[in-house]
Amino acid sequence: MGMTVVQKILARAARKPAVAVGDVVEPAVDLAMSHENAALVINQFQAIYEGTGLEPTLWDASRIAIVFDHRVPAESPKTATNQKKIRAFVGAKDIAKFHDIRGDCGGICHQILPENGYVRPGQVVVGTDSHTTSHGALGAFAFGIGATEMASVWALGYAVNVEVPATIKVNVTGVMPPMVGPKDLILHLVGTLGAAGATFRVLEFHGETIRQMSTSGRLTLCNMAVEAGATSGIVPADAETLRYLKDEAGVLEAVHPVVPDPDAAYERVVDVDVSALAPQIACPHTVDNVRPVGEVVGQHVDQIVIGSCTNGRLDDLAVAARILKGKKVAARTRMLVFPASGRIYQEALAAGYVADLMQAGAVVMNAGCGPCLGVHEGALGDGEVALSTTNRNFKGRMGNPTSDVYLCSPAVAAASALAGVITDPRQEGER
Amino acid sequence: MSATTVVLVLGDDVSTDVIYPGRYMATVLPSETPQYAFADLGAFNAKLKEGAVPAGSAVVAGKNFGCGSSREQAVSALKGHELVVVAESFARIFLQNAINLGLRLVEAPGVTAAEGDELAIGPAEVVNVTSGRRCAVRPLPAARQAIIEAGGLIAYTRRRLLALAGTR
Repeated sequence: MGMTVVQKILARAARKPAVAVGDVVEPAVDLAMSHENAALVINQFQAIYEGTGLEPTLWDASRIAIVFDHRVPAESPKTATNQKKIRAFVGAKDIAKFHDIRGDCGGICHQILPENGYVRPGQVVVGTDSHTTSHGALGAFAFGIGATEMASVWALGYAVNVEVPATIKVNVTGVMPPMVGPKDLILHLVGTLGAAGATFRVLEFHGETIRQMSTSGRLTLCNMAVEAGATSGIVPADAETLRYLKDEAGVLEAVHPVVPDPDAAYERVVDVDVSALAPQIACPHTVDNVRPVGEVVGQHVDQIVIGSCTNGRLDDLAVAARILKGKKVAARTRMLVFPASGRIYQEALAAGYVADLMQAGAVVMNAGCGPCLGVHEGALGDGEVALSTTNRNFKGRMGNPTSDVYLCSPAVAAASALAGVITDPRQEGER
Repeated sequence: MSATTVVLVLGDDVSTDVIYPGRYMATVLPSETPQYAFADLGAFNAKLKEGAVPAGSAVVAGKNFGCGSSREQAVSALKGHELVVVAESFARIFLQNAINLGLRLVEAPGVTAAEGDELAIGPAEVVNVTSGRRCAVRPLPAARQAIIEAGGLIAYTRRRLLALAGTR
């Protein structure tokens, strides 16, 4: 019996000729990423060594990445002190893949890792962030873990007792209609599968639509695989992956795609035809509460958010700028834009997108997670409504449990910013 | 069988934002996180902080408990109060974090309860003594049993490191 991509990756990483679903393996980790929660990882890492007489020793500092993004710049003395402690650890342990709060090389971890070429096809990537699933866009097996599990990886260099997951094949066909994109596809899929529909499973993306999709769009898909409960999403590496790594991530050495065997066994196959897909909205308070935009048009919006690891890349900002250029954000609506990295921010400046967005009334913030997780930069008032290109709308997600968060694509967010109510971007173009 | 009282009943898809809101994530130490357990459920959080919830009390929930963020604070905050979570199912990362930190989880598809109900929890079934309903327990992943038996992932990893050091 053939193997899926993730089975092949795990077999290689566990030094076995083959693995079957349910096997328990201990895969060597190629890349281990943390953000500000490295403060807790450091604490747990040191706790492992207590009473052992052994010196706390990282298995391989070159395979550890730490990126500040959740609270940048620090919103409180407590965060600033956590960041200070992490900086000291990074310096003491010579962790080179460290991205501080900077305009040149800072940004959101799930953008920084791909754009710097840290993630390669066939790798095992773990991160102390549930959206680590993003990196499957480059053909890696990437999954989220907790801080204590990361401390264990830092010490051992492998993940302990991993069960080989079953894989759901998602076969996507058709050409997306105008104003419909990867975000609409993944919202539709999460709505179809349900919030726990892929728990302990991998979503492996196939089909002509995926082959034609940019790495940016694939990052959006894999990012939100976890919203269906999936361990990971993965797009088997192809010509587009090689192009992205060479042209956009500056990877000069040879890259070796890992693809599934033709007779790989999938738990099930989900077919999606996107040729008639409408823009999709995830309504409060679960990500699988998904409806076509037509069912929620007219809903007043107090705050629009464009950005995050899901939709803060250059193509996302381009869509928003194209819709907003020369027009104005509605008077009773505020609009916040968070580029996913300093590099993207600079590219958006050079392309004129930042000027277009600001002249329309948007506030363009620094690269980072922004208000997505309800920590700072853009809190919601009591009973207010946000429409956001981020990935979660749980009660209290943006910091106020009395607020409502709707999730959408950059096109829906930009069209809605103009009207001040949820708007179908396909109609906006005709106004 | 262990006897416990249900102190909180929740529905499906309880996210880590509800268990431990993101705005408290700068607090990381397990000694400090319990004060923010269910911070947005004001009345229950107040009872926890007053010490009015006995150790070993049960939270009962539906499917996909702990979905969302990988934040380990959501587990250490509940562990700090020695709560037991009985749910129809758990999200993957929350389940693994709970095993790693030694928070007691019981997966019991179909479980139902009201606040104040008495539960008897055994390895194979949960009995709601108040309503008389019985529910089979789904065992936690076999792959993780060794970590549970070691008392958590810190102790387990420490043991592995010492074994490695011994063979050098």
